[in-house]
Amino acid sequence: MRTAKEKFIEKLILFCGLASIFFVVLIFLFLLKEGISVFKTVSPGDFLCGKKWYPISEPAQLGILPLILGSLLVTLGAAVISIPMGVACAIYITELAPAKIKEILKSGIELLAAIPSVVLGFVGMITLVPWIKNIFHLPTGLTALTGAIMLAFMAMPTIVSIAEDALYSVPKSYREGAFALGATHWQVIHRVILPAAASGILEAVMLGLGRVIGETMAVMMITGNAAIMPHSIFQPVRTLTATIAAEMGEAVVGSEHYFALFAIGIVLFVISFAINVTADLFLHRKTK
Amino acid sequence: MVEIVVKELDIWFGAVHALRGVNMEIASKEILSIIGPASSGKTTFLRTLNRLNELDVTFKMKGSVELTGLDIKKIEAEHLRKKVGMVFALPLPLPLSIFDNVAYGPKVHGVKNKQKQQEIVEKALKQAYLWDEVKDRLGTSAFKLSGGQQQRLCIARTLAVEPEVILFDEPCSGLDPISTAKVEEAMLMLKANYTLILVTNNVKQAARVGDKTAFFLSGELIEIDRTDKMFTTPHDKRTDDYIRGKFG
Repeated sequence: MRTAKEKFIEKLILFCGLASIFFVVLIFLFLLKEGISVFKTVSPGDFLCGKKWYPISEPAQLGILPLILGSLLVTLGAAVISIPMGVACAIYITELAPAKIKEILKSGIELLAAIPSVVLGFVGMITLVPWIKNIFHLPTGLTALTGAIMLAFMAMPTIVSIAEDALYSVPKSYREGAFALGATHWQVIHRVILPAAASGILEAVMLGLGRVIGETMAVMMITGNAAIMPHSIFQPVRTLTATIAAEMGEAVVGSEHYFALFAIGIVLFVISFAINVTADLFLHRKTK
Repeated sequence: MVEIVVKELDIWFGAVHALRGVNMEIASKEILSIIGPASSGKTTFLRTLNRLNELDVTFKMKGSVELTGLDIKKIEAEHLRKKVGMVFALPLPLPLSIFDNVAYGPKVHGVKNKQKQQEIVEKALKQAYLWDEVKDRLGTSAFKLSGGQQQRLCIARTLAVEPEVILFDEPCSGLDPISTAKVEEAMLMLKANYTLILVTNNVKQAARVGDKTAFFLSGELIEIDRTDKMFTTPHDKRTDDYIRGKFG
């Protein structure tokens, strides 16, 4: 009786474990099946490098380069803002902040993580967009820069909390060892603690970027949604994710446009997969 | 000559009264062994001398510690820790190469010249009896060394900043007898140029290397005397009991 129960539970857990993998495979296969069809009408080269995205004109022009560049521009912008700020914030919390401020900061950052992205997008639209417009004297405040700033806010909680864990897990003995040699606090931080926590910080950065590149709602609301080739961060752009979200509803099932949107899904999948693999590679190289 | 003078030293961590009214004089170019059971304040006392206790936010201190006539609170912490080096219980190399571990201190204190760094590293490793074992692989990670070698590397690292006093916090607690013997040998040689203070759980080790021995119990200094006297005719019964292993 007992063994039967054990066996049953074992099988149940096995099933749950396999199910998650099974769903991922199914999703990927579905994506592949629907997405590949677009290459009957467009070559992969034209699809990835084409500069024009006019999916409903006759004949349809399905070049996603402006979308890829839009995504990259917003992601890079967000990275440039959120990585230094996030890591600095984590250092401040673990190393410098007095206990009281530490608690306030930590709960503040958790709160930031809890704000739904559509709300952030909404707030950004009302406040940040007019600021950007006035500060840089632009015809519109809906630009890649606006999206980058907003996404930086979204990546911050991830980066800060994971980098903070990495910094905390540096053995106290390293810190004392370096202090005992007469190093100043800053020398201890940048010569000992940061190198020792490097792999964890990298993981934080990668997860933060993963969140940014997959983000849809906020970027759709504040980047202007213009599928044109971007020349600077002060122009409206449209990201891969926003394109899918905005156009999927109106695309005719089975049309070129429909398949093209699935192909964009594949591209996104490949990009996030690449980010995860790079992070993994770095992590394993460090731990060896 | 007197190197360190401790007057009426009281230390608290939060509500815990870790040291009570300690008075002590430590002579230069001698080894002082500090013995006592666990949580008797030995390590706290040691960490007061290079102000490492201050990293703990609950730390409070009364009384004074003078290093060659200067109050250590008036010396900048970084400068004090350069003069008063420390070797920890567990060997803790930094996650760097052997060379960089030893060169770390000098670099921190502004030695930029590579040639000079080489000289310092070689000298320090020789003084710590490690040079012959590592001279062909200075670029490899310090974690590749054995426990005893790592501990001597930590001693070399401390020597590289040219301290006056070296604090040893149970330096052999994680080492096998042969490595322990090598570390002790290094300490006896270092006595010629440095003042050494050794906190140890091993009463026999205190007897082997200490010129003087101090006995701490529950945060109080019970007795301090020449090691030979202390181990033959201690004044206090508690010292006698501890040395004989009646409690521990």
